[in-house]
Amino acid sequence: MIEISSKLEEGIYYIHVKGEVDASSSIHLDESISQATQNHKKILIDCRELEYISSAGLGVFMSYINELEDKDIRLVIYGLSEKVKHVFQILGLDQLLTIKSTEEEAKYIVDGI
Amino acid sequence: MEYRFKVSCSKNRLGDIRQFIKKVLEKHKVSDLEKNTIVLAVDEVCANLIIHSHNCNPTEQLELRVNIINKNVTFDIIDKGVGFNIENYKEPSIVDIVRQKKKGGIGLMLVRRIMDDIEFIEGDKMNVYRLHKRLLSK
Repeated sequence: MIEISSKLEEGIYYIHVKGEVDASSSIHLDESISQATQNHKKILIDCRELEYISSAGLGVFMSYINELEDKDIRLVIYGLSEKVKHVFQILGLDQLLTIKSTEEEAKYIVDGI
Repeated sequence: MEYRFKVSCSKNRLGDIRQFIKKVLEKHKVSDLEKNTIVLAVDEVCANLIIHSHNCNPTEQLELRVNIINKNVTFDIIDKGVGFNIENYKEPSIVDIVRQKKKGGIGLMLVRRIMDDIEFIEGDKMNVYRLHKRLLSK
């Protein structure tokens, strides 16, 4: 089960991901990020309520790495629990994506201050 | 001790597979972090089989058997589909996956990093995908 919501606040597009991202639900995360990258340059992915992610979810994030660079989009993931962060670390994806602990740290990065 | 679970080949049942594995590992007091990675590895193999070997056909089934003896846990994922020799799987590089903007291709890489041993046993009537892990936290 996955619940995704989004909002635009102070020029930052927030995607809130709740629940489990697996092979059956990753398409919803993909659609949400795809839509965001078409219209926004500052994107925060709020994962405080993300309980589980499989390779399908990791693959979604990986598939946007080049596009983010090409379009100069700042996308930051934040609020990962220890167990979910560990999944990103297994293959070193935490080094390819921008991941921060808190919303404040993530905002600091997307604002480019 | 052996635990068994049968499930239809639908992506919507992956959550049930994860719940089953979680409950088994909780009975054996496996830490949260280790439990999550083991659940992930089993989920990845099952997702691969459901999608690629069974084309998400819910009339077909996977059977999971979990054996835990002391710190050793073995997962047998049994099916009757077209066998996929998981031992021969050649890993792509992460750099190539990123460059090609692929969304798949890292599931079995995760399984290899998480599990201590992976075995494919092809029989006349069924295939067994055996994953073995020596538990750290039990």
